[in-house]
Amino acid sequence: MDLIGQLERENGKKTLPPVHIGDTVEVHYLIKEGDKERVQLFIGTVIAMKNRGIRRNVVVRRIVQGEGVERTFPMHSPRVKDIVVTRRGETRRAKLYFLRDRVGKQTRLKELLGEKARKERELNKAMRAADGSATEGS
Amino acid sequence: MESHWVEPESLSTHEKVQEIMTLILGRKRGMTQLFDADGTVHGVTVVEVGPCVVTQVRTQEKDGYDAIQLGWGDIADKRLAKPQLGQYKKAGLAPKRFMREERLSAAATCKVGDTVTCDIFKEGDLVDVVGTMKGRGFAGTIKRHNFHRGPETHGCMNVRQPGSLASKRIGKVIKGKRLGGHYGDTRETSKNLRVVRVDAARNLLYIKGSVAGANNGFIQVRTAKTGVRQKAKA
Repeated sequence: MDLIGQLERENGKKTLPPVHIGDTVEVHYLIKEGDKERVQLFIGTVIAMKNRGIRRNVVVRRIVQGEGVERTFPMHSPRVKDIVVTRRGETRRAKLYFLRDRVGKQTRLKELLGEKARKERELNKAMRAADGSATEGS
Repeated sequence: MESHWVEPESLSTHEKVQEIMTLILGRKRGMTQLFDADGTVHGVTVVEVGPCVVTQVRTQEKDGYDAIQLGWGDIADKRLAKPQLGQYKKAGLAPKRFMREERLSAAATCKVGDTVTCDIFKEGDLVDVVGTMKGRGFAGTIKRHNFHRGPETHGCMNVRQPGSLASKRIGKVIKGKRLGGHYGDTRETSKNLRVVRVDAARNLLYIKGSVAGANNGFIQVRTAKTGVRQKAKA
């Protein structure tokens, strides 16, 4: 019996937003400013993911003032309030580290269009409408 | 549930420490992470402990010391040595694979056949965890004593060798010189680990930090010897 896996499923969030490599996402991240907390948005491209049970995380890359910034978000962390996919990307590989060597127009990815992506988007939209926020797991 | 727990209020500090020493037997199930409400991540070891059964009560009159003996882990009759089997038969208990004793400073308040479960510990308690470290066989000085290795290139031939053993003047190798040899498979105690969560329904303890041994290895969890004493002083 895989006890640890079972415990991780119980202790983690029940549902996670569907995020894929190459997607452009908005990460709603709770930050502390003095003694106040607020949600900060981090918008960028998903260049890598790790899927290790409760240690599942996404690496999001964006360019800030000409400088590449990468942040790793543990998806099960209570500080990650939501991850909203704004644009699906079409990729052929699982790790997009080659984007690190590129600047400007070269960092663009082809958008994933078509029936499958559209269906997923609608399903996701329906799910969000159903329970308010998709990531509000335990 | 009857346990050997004694309410420590009426005792002096030193006795208190002795009296609330609690022991439970079990096995390591693996490691995972837990998130706090504020997002802090804790690396925790999940251990399955108890329910243990009290197999014998040692008394001052009969044995010269006060202690209780715990048994854990079911085992077939034929796998157990005859003396132990006889002990279980006499007590009217199912035979257990592991038996360990715990010393008490006063006469035990429990009797043979009582069970001890993981809820003798609560969240925030400090515990010592005894396990058997994974065996590494014959290991060199780098793995065994954290020696540095030599350069790999420029004609060097002493990559993983221990270096000089002594000076010519001493003329012998001093006893205790750290060298290669058998490493691991020894009893190791991790001290003052914090209990992060207690899952009484499944007999699980979440203990912060790592614990010696492989998954499913036998471990003993007991109230921390030093950590509790420090806390009592403050």
